[in-house]
Amino acid sequence: MNWELIFGQLQWTSFVFAGAILDPSLSEFIASGAGSIAVLGAVAVVILLTVKRWWVPLWRDWLTSVDHKKVGIMYMVLALVMFARAVIEAALMRAQQLVAYDSAGFLSADHFGQLFSTHGTIMIFFVAMPFITGLMNYVMPLQIGARDVSFPLLNAISLMLTVAGAILIMISLVVGQFSTGGWTAYPPFTGIEFSPGEGVDYWIWAVSLGSIGSTLTGLNFAVTIYKKRCPGMTLFRMPLFCWTTLCTSILMIFAMAPLTAVTVMLALDRYAGFHFFTNGDGGNMMNYANLFWLFGHPEVYILILPAFGVWSEVVATFSAKRIYGYTSLVYATMCIAVLSFAVWLHHFFTMGQSANVNAIFGIATMVIGVPTGVKVYDWLLTMVGGRIRFSTSMLFLINFLLTFILGGLTGVLLANPGVDFQVHNTLFLVAHFHNMIIPGVLFGMFAAVQFWFPKAFGFRLHEGLGRASFWCFAPGFLLAFFPLYWLGMMGATRRTYMWSDPEYLPWLALAMAGAGLILAGFAFMVTQIVVSVRQRDRLACPLGDPWDGRALEWSIPAPAPEWNFAVLPDVTSRDAFYEAKQSGQAYRSPAAYEDIEVPRNTATAPLIGLFACAWAFGLVWHIWWLVAVSFVLMWAVVIVRSFNMNTVEIIPAARVKAQNEAFLAAARAAPGVPREQEMTSDNRGKALPEALTARAGAVPAGRAVEVLS
Amino acid sequence: MSVSERLHPGVNLGATDPESHEAAEEVVFGFWIFLMSDLVLFAVLFATYAAMSVQGIAGGPAPAEVFDLTAAFVETLLLLLSSFAFGFAMLAMKYRENARSVLAWLLATGVLGAAFVGMELHDYYVMITAHGAPPQASGFLSAYYLLTGTHALHVSSGLVWMVIMAVQIAVFGLNTAVKLRLMRLALFWHMLDVVWIGIFTFVYLFGVVS
Amino acid sequence: MNDETPAGMPASEYGSEFGERLSYLIGLVLALVLTGAAFTLVWMKLLTGGAALAVLGLLAFIQVLVHLRCFLHIDLARSHRDDLKLILFTALILLVMVSGTIWILYDQHLRMMP
Repeated sequence: MNWELIFGQLQWTSFVFAGAILDPSLSEFIASGAGSIAVLGAVAVVILLTVKRWWVPLWRDWLTSVDHKKVGIMYMVLALVMFARAVIEAALMRAQQLVAYDSAGFLSADHFGQLFSTHGTIMIFFVAMPFITGLMNYVMPLQIGARDVSFPLLNAISLMLTVAGAILIMISLVVGQFSTGGWTAYPPFTGIEFSPGEGVDYWIWAVSLGSIGSTLTGLNFAVTIYKKRCPGMTLFRMPLFCWTTLCTSILMIFAMAPLTAVTVMLALDRYAGFHFFTNGDGGNMMNYANLFWLFGHPEVYILILPAFGVWSEVVATFSAKRIYGYTSLVYATMCIAVLSFAVWLHHFFTMGQSANVNAIFGIATMVIGVPTGVKVYDWLLTMVGGRIRFSTSMLFLINFLLTFILGGLTGVLLANPGVDFQVHNTLFLVAHFHNMIIPGVLFGMFAAVQFWFPKAFGFRLHEGLGRASFWCFAPGFLLAFFPLYWLGMMGATRRTYMWSDPEYLPWLALAMAGAGLILAGFAFMVTQIVVSVRQRDRLACPLGDPWDGRALEWSIPAPAPEWNFAVLPDVTSRDAFYEAKQSGQAYRSPAAYEDIEVPRNTATAPLIGLFACAWAFGLVWHIWWLVAVSFVLMWAVVIVRSFNMNTVEIIPAARVKAQNEAFLAAARAAPGVPREQEMTSDNRGKALPEALTARAGAVPAGRAVEVLS
Repeated sequence: MSVSERLHPGVNLGATDPESHEAAEEVVFGFWIFLMSDLVLFAVLFATYAAMSVQGIAGGPAPAEVFDLTAAFVETLLLLLSSFAFGFAMLAMKYRENARSVLAWLLATGVLGAAFVGMELHDYYVMITAHGAPPQASGFLSAYYLLTGTHALHVSSGLVWMVIMAVQIAVFGLNTAVKLRLMRLALFWHMLDVVWIGIFTFVYLFGVVS
Repeated sequence: MNDETPAGMPASEYGSEFGERLSYLIGLVLALVLTGAAFTLVWMKLLTGGAALAVLGLLAFIQVLVHLRCFLHIDLARSHRDDLKLILFTALILLVMVSGTIWILYDQHLRMMP
């Protein structure tokens, strides 16, 4: 019996637990422990779903749903689950570096290599990307007054492809090893000669699945913003979050293709003996760096632009003031998006091209700092003269402004090739990009969760615990990463699992303390969600507008109904809902209701995700029958679906009317809540407009007028 | 903007109602974006080829030694004619809603496209057996096979799509959904022809000249 | 939407089958001429070196325009602006990516030991 025909290269020793038996070391036990957690976690979920009888609702209401709101929430859940894994890996690496002074520490070199590779890969492709994609999914259609995205099924397919990639990485915890080549997977190290195992293949196929999902997302959102805006919603009336979504989508459309190309080339090198990036035979591994960063640099802006959009919404809402310099923010976003395609070489200044090439790309890199600077000033000036409320989101914003500027300044330093040669591949660089991505993107997403959670679920998050998590995250970040700048200047290289210079020790200890604080912050965040769910009645805001919001998403109930808008709104200005509240036009009944067409749920997307995951698993382990079968099945699902001409259902106008009129009546009847009581249980989601607050004498009139001017 | 101002380019739907046109516009615009994203993929492969066809020969065969210009010329004609035939299929759909005529032109397109793929496979066979030039021989050949192979794979999937569309025309007739899919297939097909212009110029002709 | 055609389209948009056939035919003839010229140039060795590459590149560029105009129906009409803008932006990005890649890789190649 030829087992290889059935199982490919899979053997019983491939399972992580075999490692602990064959080589009982602490490093192997940690690996087995992680594998056990993954398996036990999966088993626990299965048991929970069975005991609570949630299988049917999960399948019927969530997995088969094509509703952009549910797709968005599923993306966010994926991001949080993957974040839990990647942040624990980060803490493990910090701990290893702390104890590995002149000794091997507790992790083997290979295990450490896997940790930094999975940490980077997960954080970029399966935390940051799902976070921003989920957020754009949930918020953008509501802000432009649309009922869904342009291609709802495609949206669900994007989600399921991303989930398939994430599952593949989770499988690598249990079956086999992951790559040790870092998240960038530079050849020739990742070529078959130096990394013969399955690790790099896991990286290749997980990233490819995520990349294809993101390309489709970008396409979908760009068309949605171009074609599905509600009447009156011109491009320059869109909230800034929609502008940043549009620019991010465009970047996704153009930037993901080089990644797909480069992973395919690496795969051909490894599987079929091609010579794209090999040593000798005409291979050119420098082209890998070139193509990878052709994707990688725009990717950085794919991540940060939606966060910029979040900051713009948060700062305007919690300063109770119109955003300062709307037009300049829009043009700055566009400039950043276009320039981001012209700076990729600064990731490999040291690769050997002539000084002139480096100089041009160095200058382009510095130029990109200018529009970013414009944005920072706009946010600051929005706060000037505003009536600022220090909610958790706002605290994250202020922290962002302070730390992001420092990160940006180190970026300008690195843009100078001369400086870059000195600190290239050191912890200085690690500190720099964490300094951009953590306060910028990650905290941006945390702020967004605090901000839009009530819209998605109908109750606010517990404010006290939110602040507690902020006060762990913010100093934790400073403590964990600012020492790395110093270490990098001292010459500490990145991705090193042991070291021998005693002067590193205090700085590494500080960084470890910071990592501990970040873990505590995450623990507070999870607690916050649990506590808020328990206290959801006290925190409820069914009337949908807990923060005195400005854009259209706040004009509908919370959680948002399936059809988003009972009647498509007709807007006449920016900040449409805020203006309506000011002039007393909000919560008016529409003249007439119509039937609403919504796409039916379908099993297409989850099936495609399932087969894509099986296909990728087969490729990793060379199980060719599985590759062939799952590939055929995946396309069979698409073809079968294309023969289904009955894909929409009608929600009758009467049902929409009943539900919407009940909401409007409740909203009209409810007393508005002044901002002072925003965080109390009086806040049921109807805001007392600023002007009316002033008239009621709740605040001195002068200050309110200033806000309106 | 009124509907008539926003009509998509490409091939339009013919006698259907304005709502379908509006829906069509969204779908077709989305497909254009997909094509552009696909074009970036090809551009990256072209750029890689441009470098490797010069720097990556590594003692193996050079472009001029392995390329058969006559075959490339015939392939060019086949693909061009198939593109033209698809154009006529779309006109039959737009003006006459004549399923038979659409199917006939699709058949012509498909036969020409299949001949193109067949010839390319034959090229590969000759290169590997007669010239000792498989993709594993050098960086240049790796890049050559990936670029032309990606194109051939696109054409082949276009052929599969065409078969499915023929079945759908037979099952559903020329309804709006089927028309929209045919339009997208047409755009896909014409775009592959545009990519081929790049391939015959920058791969074959450049390779022989320099 | 008070147009007379059933599709609610102005007659200019709807065109005539004859006119459109003509457009495809013109496209085919132009494409054949341009392709033929390119291949002839190489077969007959009319030009060599940089001049040949430049002319071939130019012929290919013109043929791409012919295909876009006659087969893909991209023109300067107002109604097609979204698609045109998309194509132009793509062209810009392609230019940056391709020329940048070639520049970088050739520069590195020149600086390597033979």
